[in-house]
Amino acid sequence: MSVAVPASLRTRSIRDRLEAAGLFQIYGVLLLVVIVTWGLILASGGNINVTNTLVRSVALGIVAVGQTYVILGGSLDLSVAYQVSVTAVVASIVMDGRVDRMWLAVIVVLALGALIGLVNGVIVTKFHINAFIATLGTSLIIKGALNATVNNYAGAVPREFRKLGYGAILGVPVSVLLLLAVVAIGWFILRYTRFGHHLYAVGASEETARLSGVRSDRVLILAHVLCSVTAVLTGLFIVSRLSAGAPWVGTDGNYDLESIAAVVLGGTALMGGRGGVLGTFAGVLILALLDNAFNQLQVNPLLKDVVRGVIIIAAVAAYTIRQRGRVP
Amino acid sequence: MTDQASIHSPIDPAPAGEPLLALRGIGKSFPGVRALHDVDLDVHAGEVHALMGENGAGKSTLMKVVSGVYQPDAGYILLDGEPVSFHHPREAQERGINIIHQEFNLLPDRTVAQNIFLGREPKKGWLVDARAMDEETQKLLDYLGAGRSISPRTLVGRLSVAQQQTVEIAKALSFQSRIVVMDEPTASLASAEVDALFERVRALQETGIAFVYISHRLDEIRKITQRLTVLKDGELVGTGLTSDFSTAQIVSMMVGRELSDYYPPYGDPATFGEPVLTIDGGGNDEIRDIDLAIRAGEIVGIAGLEGSGRTELARAIFGVDPFTRGEMSLQGAVVRFGHPRQAIGAGIGFLSEDRKSEGLVLNASILDNTLLAVRSVVGRSRAGSSRSAVANEARRVDLRASGLHQETRFLSGGNQQKVVLMKWLSTGSRLFIFDEPTRGIDVGAKAGIHELMRNLANAGAAILMISSELPEVIGMSDRIVVMRRRTFAGELPAGSSEDAIMAMAAQTDEVVA
Amino acid sequence: MSADAMIPVVERRFDESRGRQMLRPLVAAAPVFVVLFGLFIWITIENPNFTNPNVFFIFMRRAAPLMVLAAGQLFVIVSGEFDLSMGALATLTVILAASWIDGDPGRTWWVIAALLLIGALVGLANGLITTLLGVPSFITTLGMLLILDGFALWWSGGTPKGSLPDNFRMWGRTSMQDVPLIGQLPYSVIVMWAVGILCAWLLHFTSFGKQVFATGGNPRAAFFSGVHVPRVRTFCFVISALTGVLAGVLLGGFSGVSPDAGGGYEFRAISAVVLGGAVLGGGRGAVIPAMAGALALEALFTLLNLLGLPNPIRDVFQGVIIIGALGIVAFRERKTRE
Repeated sequence: MSVAVPASLRTRSIRDRLEAAGLFQIYGVLLLVVIVTWGLILASGGNINVTNTLVRSVALGIVAVGQTYVILGGSLDLSVAYQVSVTAVVASIVMDGRVDRMWLAVIVVLALGALIGLVNGVIVTKFHINAFIATLGTSLIIKGALNATVNNYAGAVPREFRKLGYGAILGVPVSVLLLLAVVAIGWFILRYTRFGHHLYAVGASEETARLSGVRSDRVLILAHVLCSVTAVLTGLFIVSRLSAGAPWVGTDGNYDLESIAAVVLGGTALMGGRGGVLGTFAGVLILALLDNAFNQLQVNPLLKDVVRGVIIIAAVAAYTIRQRGRVP
Repeated sequence: MTDQASIHSPIDPAPAGEPLLALRGIGKSFPGVRALHDVDLDVHAGEVHALMGENGAGKSTLMKVVSGVYQPDAGYILLDGEPVSFHHPREAQERGINIIHQEFNLLPDRTVAQNIFLGREPKKGWLVDARAMDEETQKLLDYLGAGRSISPRTLVGRLSVAQQQTVEIAKALSFQSRIVVMDEPTASLASAEVDALFERVRALQETGIAFVYISHRLDEIRKITQRLTVLKDGELVGTGLTSDFSTAQIVSMMVGRELSDYYPPYGDPATFGEPVLTIDGGGNDEIRDIDLAIRAGEIVGIAGLEGSGRTELARAIFGVDPFTRGEMSLQGAVVRFGHPRQAIGAGIGFLSEDRKSEGLVLNASILDNTLLAVRSVVGRSRAGSSRSAVANEARRVDLRASGLHQETRFLSGGNQQKVVLMKWLSTGSRLFIFDEPTRGIDVGAKAGIHELMRNLANAGAAILMISSELPEVIGMSDRIVVMRRRTFAGELPAGSSEDAIMAMAAQTDEVVA
Repeated sequence: MSADAMIPVVERRFDESRGRQMLRPLVAAAPVFVVLFGLFIWITIENPNFTNPNVFFIFMRRAAPLMVLAAGQLFVIVSGEFDLSMGALATLTVILAASWIDGDPGRTWWVIAALLLIGALVGLANGLITTLLGVPSFITTLGMLLILDGFALWWSGGTPKGSLPDNFRMWGRTSMQDVPLIGQLPYSVIVMWAVGILCAWLLHFTSFGKQVFATGGNPRAAFFSGVHVPRVRTFCFVISALTGVLAGVLLGGFSGVSPDAGGGYEFRAISAVVLGGAVLGGGRGAVIPAMAGALALEALFTLLNLLGLPNPIRDVFQGVIIIGALGIVAFRERKTRE
């Protein structure tokens, strides 16, 4: 019978918790970025608009949560950009400006997204095809199908739907609430469901997971489906800010590569098994803050991508540099 | 140096009644290899039962059958007197049989609790009950006496090897295990940690849990086990109370072949040339105080238990994990290798124990594998790199293949080893380091490899041979150097007995008549 | 029973001829040639003019840049990595060339030289970041893609400046005249052959090439055989970057200056290489089949055009082909393993 309190029951400081979750570093970087960018903006006489920055993070943020799931499982989804486009176009067409069609449109695109996710998942797990290639393949198929049918704005979005994109509740934009909800649910599932626990295991070592009775194929397929669902939500958000859907919205936002970048920036290992949604959220915010700073400081927007690229490389290097062994 | 009186008195080693686990007539074969044949095993509740045998004797195959990874081709398993058959390790676990592999089956980026409960996370309604998981884990850790040093929420990757082992034991306990198999549990432990492990094992024994303890270490076997079983070449050789067997008997059961296997004659020391390799006080993070000299024409055998540092020695010489202390000379000139390229260029060849991952590019041809080192280090201009030269070498080593373009993954183990040797012949090596030269090679081909080695030595090469097979060490070495706990324990002359070698390697003082 | 006896052929044919040795990788990649041949036949059926040298050469001019890129990408893939930045490098080449040469033919040669140097530096950067810093090549070259694209965009301010003189454009656009037998031969075809021969020699007939295969096939064993794995990988990135620049020169000639000249080419190059039989994990592949894969892709697009199928459908096809090709490869791998 010991008098000392066991380690696990001692109250842990915020730092301990974050550290344990591996989030300490990335939120530290986020803080740094906030200080630097806001400092520069204020110094140059500009304004800081927190809401604005958050709204800018919504589109990427939602889909990045889904991408986090597949990457955690050791897979990848390069088709999200076209999924976003398809969602925007299909939703817009189904709605056709009619309020009574809004929910129908939502259901249709969710079903479509789930189907695409299912196909991606099955190709990767049952046919053992490298996720990079498999989702590249499906993205081309979606691209083809999309471009074959529309090449301009299509359908119409009723005014009421734009509430998603522009509305606010108690001063907080609906879209931001959606983002926070997705992040929260995404985090919750990973932490508190068996699926979430199993997803980490499958990404870390499929063999160990299998030996422990985990059905790795199902887990990965579900991850792909969830990723597609987030792509659908992003598509719906984007189309709610337009009067009609267009086939280029997904690729314009570069959602495929950018979501992967945000995930990796946030500390989720490309190999899977480590990381999480909160880190991705920080990654998305960092990218949005940088975007905002560029705009406000009137830095040539065309340089934005250059900085993006450097950041992504530097961030991943910082994470991997610690795990180098000598022998390949 | 400990005698048989240990800290606690041993459990009564011959309990009455049925064994908890009984295997009868177990057989298991793989394409081309008969791993187990007609093996019986009895494990009683509350005993620690040693399972011994050389590498390849079938110990891990047997345990994989017991734990549900493999299904036996013949024979049956009785648990509590009832026949059982497991089609997935999870089934065995749920019946109380757990195996702790030498390479732990843990996920480093997950917490202790998450690892223990993987696949069967406790639920509250739909959701995982993380709190219950942590509390259960804490209880298990407390039970093992580790409740204060390991927290359920620590990431497994942050724990020491000994602590990770404790987690594995906790995991086994969480399945209400009645039989825990431990495969070489002390290979990476310091002696204080070994004592702690043994205390735990004894405490758990008292609750009726049985342990199967796979190990080579005779001193540990004596300390902790009550009964033992020895396998050799997939068959049962002997079983009984540990105290009934002398070390000599155990060793002879394990290695048992008379040296009726043909080994080429030893080299004649008078013909040995100048030292090809000299190491003076060599050491790095893994090994220390290495003093060694190998002469041209000599085969020096390195013996020792697993974990004694033999492969680390080879890797240090070859430039993979270089020496950081001391001095190494090759044919008189002091050398310092930071990369295998330099060692290869200086005339050293290394045949790794892990042929398939370190020795060959499996889906490349025999020709490409043979010439890889030459091409990478020396460039194309080397004389030995022409195809006809390689063809000659293939004939010289008596390679059996359908052509130089056959991919090496289709070759038998013995032929694969020959290709690796051809690689080092092509670079004109003067010093060959063989790590487990005949592992995974069937009996018929072993003699061929041995003959090749002796021929090489007779032609003037210096050979360093690391082996866990005592007959091979004794049959091949002109001199035997024994390693123990990361340094040299001593040297023995050619033709020394297995007992002498084992005694030096295992640190027991038993000298057998 | 000795395992040796299981090997059916005990005759030891160790002195096989050189010719047979060279044919092996080509034979293994036979499917892509069959596909290519089939596509050519079909195209000819749809458009009998295809056999007319003029028409055929227009097709070859369009295909040449991708074939050059495929050769470079092959090196990277055989070494076990990815290069996602080659398309962006091609784009940048076009933009910078137009801007620096600005219509003055006297500058063409040293600008091209400068661009090749820049390409080599980009490849070097890709290689060092991947090997020294340990960043997965997927990410490194992805970041580089963003950097190069961004730089190109920034430099051109959205609308590309300058123009390309004839002695630059000729490489992508025009043909050498008075060639015996066929009359004219596009310069881009000549460049493509030169690149193909050089790369094939480098990969299949030099020690460096063998080291590349070893690095991709089993980097550990390569290390233990004395291969300097980081150096080999880096050099492959340099090679692929150089082909990126060359492809840019060809593209600039063929399609003119645009801010998106090379867009998407890296994915197409990877598809081409995979079609040609290379394995994405490394260790297997050959230059000629890879370039044939590129040619086959272009042939496919041409065919789809001829069949009146709209552009987007070709994306669908490309997607299906990629998945299908890989599925077949994966299936074959598993069969040999069993």
